[in-house]
Amino acid sequence: MIEYLLSPFHYDLMLKAMFVSAMIGGVCACLSCFVTLKGWSLMGDALSHAVVPGVSLAYMLGLPFALGAFVSGILAALCMGFIKSRTRIREDAVIGIVFTTFFAAGVLMISLYPSNIKLNTIVFGNILGIAAGDIWQMLIISSVTMLVVALKWRDLLLHSFDPNQARAIGLNVGVLHVTLLTLLAATAVAALQAVGACLVVAMLVTPGATAYLLTDRFGRMMIIAMVMGVLTSLIGAYVSFFVNASTGGCIVVLQTAVFLTALMLAPKHGVIASWLKGRASVTALMTGVPGEPVPSGAVMR
Amino acid sequence: MDHIAQGIDLVVQDVTVAYNNGHVALHDASFSLNPGTICALVGVNGSGKSTLFKAIMGFVRPVRGTVRIAGDPVKAAHKKNWVAYVPQSEDVDWSFPVSVWDVVLMGRYGYMNFLRIPGAQDKRLAMESLERVKMTEFKDRQIGELSGGQKKRVFLARALAQQGRIILLDEPFTGVDFKTEGAIIALLRELRDDGHIILVSTHNLGTVPEFCDQVVMINRTVLAFGPTETTFTEENLALAFGGALRHLRLDHTDVPGAERNELVVLTDDEGALVVGAGGRLERRKARNDDQKAGSEP
Amino acid sequence: MTRIFEPFQYGFMIEALLVAALIGAVCAVLSCYLVLEGWSLMGDAISHAVLPGIVLAYIVGAPLALGAFLSGLVCAGSTGWIKTHSRVKEDTVMGIVFTGLFALGLVMFSRVQTDVHLNHILFGSLLGIERSDMIQATVTASIALCVMLALRKDLLLYCFDQNHAKVVGMNTTFLHYLLLSVLSATIVAALQAVGIILTVAMLITPGCIAYLISDRFDRMLLIAVISAVFSALVGTYVSYFLDGATGSCIVLTQALLFVLAMVLAPKHGLLAARRIARASPVTVDLP
Repeated sequence: MIEYLLSPFHYDLMLKAMFVSAMIGGVCACLSCFVTLKGWSLMGDALSHAVVPGVSLAYMLGLPFALGAFVSGILAALCMGFIKSRTRIREDAVIGIVFTTFFAAGVLMISLYPSNIKLNTIVFGNILGIAAGDIWQMLIISSVTMLVVALKWRDLLLHSFDPNQARAIGLNVGVLHVTLLTLLAATAVAALQAVGACLVVAMLVTPGATAYLLTDRFGRMMIIAMVMGVLTSLIGAYVSFFVNASTGGCIVVLQTAVFLTALMLAPKHGVIASWLKGRASVTALMTGVPGEPVPSGAVMR
Repeated sequence: MDHIAQGIDLVVQDVTVAYNNGHVALHDASFSLNPGTICALVGVNGSGKSTLFKAIMGFVRPVRGTVRIAGDPVKAAHKKNWVAYVPQSEDVDWSFPVSVWDVVLMGRYGYMNFLRIPGAQDKRLAMESLERVKMTEFKDRQIGELSGGQKKRVFLARALAQQGRIILLDEPFTGVDFKTEGAIIALLRELRDDGHIILVSTHNLGTVPEFCDQVVMINRTVLAFGPTETTFTEENLALAFGGALRHLRLDHTDVPGAERNELVVLTDDEGALVVGAGGRLERRKARNDDQKAGSEP
Repeated sequence: MTRIFEPFQYGFMIEALLVAALIGAVCAVLSCYLVLEGWSLMGDAISHAVLPGIVLAYIVGAPLALGAFLSGLVCAGSTGWIKTHSRVKEDTVMGIVFTGLFALGLVMFSRVQTDVHLNHILFGSLLGIERSDMIQATVTASIALCVMLALRKDLLLYCFDQNHAKVVGMNTTFLHYLLLSVLSATIVAALQAVGIILTVAMLITPGCIAYLISDRFDRMLLIAVISAVFSALVGTYVSYFLDGATGSCIVLTQALLFVLAMVLAPKHGLLAARRIARASPVTVDLP
């Protein structure tokens, strides 16, 4: 039995996959805190789709795929910024238009010039077939991202919370904005290989949202998110070996399950906690016992 | 108090509203209005003004108490098109692709058939309503192309076209200049004389005595209710607003007929600029009094 | 010269053109409401979330469209529920729910042997669509179109001012779920023909094009439908010659129209804005 449970660790392939997933899970989770607070969830989705034309072009030209993906992601972000500032269309619609256009361009390119690049690899990821060179690319992206966040997290946090205040105390908001976008695009590229374009957004959103339900402190939120990101990625990759299913799918299903658990059971912001609180205060009101939510000044009849 | 006069009256009795998260926004609120009145609903932000509006419009179900319109529950009143609502300017998407005419016709939807095709009467009433608010010439404008006061008048015309008997206005004077404010007040008076109940939620205290017959003061419950002359008093305002109100007591005044050589200015969120004789600013004096007033009770 | 008309000699091309145009029209009508209601990405979410429904329907032998439809409703419903019961923002909730469902679909999909090609769901196969699927798509799309046109004024009021809609006695909860159901049904119809990504694009871009050009809703509907049908026809036609992905060609044609509208729109276009700014140089809009 134990032999069976340990069997994934006998395969070099699996060890590599678990290591890479955990690393990416951690980095994505770290960024997801900013993404959740800033309301940029859809940006993550959009960027992960928008990198496709860059990836296919890079493969065709024999360049590193991360470079192509990165350039194309930033290009998409610039397009969104331009259209949003110049037209009366809402941000969510602008994001939708730009990312579908980029994605369509990528799919068209691949269909016109079939090469050794598989569309499925981009869309669903293929962590088991990851090449050594790709792992190096990811390692570099991850460490740079972590370094930037470690050094500048206070600035980024202020930027997410109150850009005007950030500007007022003399921070360069434009640079912060572009930094965050760049980190997001870079991480999306790294995660692409692991879970695929469709599921990158989950890694960039779910851990942050889960942590947000569990705590009111940013430092703790970051730690919870990262622990969750690393653990779910490890376990997801491990489980996928046994159920013989898509690794990305397993990781994301696991993350969603953790989110749902937190949603119900979170001590202060959970559904059950607030339901109980609601019932208590209504009963208190009905029975005439002065309940906590009614301010003392208001009970005067 | 809740006798039923002719026409349609509004009776709010012991209404208690609690939200999902356990927040009790309003408790045991009671008052009643007879036809032909303009009533102000005043209170600080978060005092439950909008919750009370929602309860009257039937958007939230009270956990206790009832809202009755001419003896009917709210849902039935909706079917009869008795309640009309003029939204706050910030709640409207002004770039929405509808014209003034489209918006006024929306007031008639409750009377139209399944496909909402306007009949001759719908068009006639919509036209009359537009004429009444003097907006006929702007009929084909997109709603975003109007000034603040014109926007307000369009939504009033919609309420008129709906032939609502109870008209709820949410902060009608924000984003409206002083002159338009007068025009809107004149229109509301006309409607009152036609027998409408007009309920105005406002924190613009200065205009209340000018055009409101009755006042409901709330802070999580109804603190005071009655005719403006007897209810809109310094004590009641202090009760409703607590420390949130600026209390300026000036030691000299030019108001003719004032008994004492004293003037009291009450204001809530907008700080009042008070200029004394010879253009001397009275702010400092006022602030000193403010502190004194705070330590009194 | 004959080369230009070559595509029209094939029955499958004509059928593909017709289906693309019909689905384009239905999506265009929906996109007008979605743009105004701020639901642009609901289309994105639901179209990904149908995957587990499709796989499940395949396992139990039910019609795939039914499974997809129910799964889409589950996505929309749970997004709404979680949003009202937690402090997480709506877009975040949407991202979590639809990726969760999509991932679940992927895991289930890799566990069962099906003859449903994932690639067909993702990228569509307008030219290789099966007869029965085509009929199903046509019927669903037509019903969705009829419902929306019949209730277009109610839905418009719902998007514009929900409070007023309630006060005049309309059932807004019904309208909310009606719009979501129509959206799910349309996505199901469109998925089989054109694939997820194209569906998402078709549910956003035509509405935005029309919103840039017109300030009246009826005109907006018309412009959206015309631009969608035009791009569907041109895209399909061009893809025949390029021998490239049909869906992508349609999306790119739409994108091109959007850029044109953005620059040239009579009142809200970039050129018009510049003209107005030049005409009255005193009023400078501060950002």
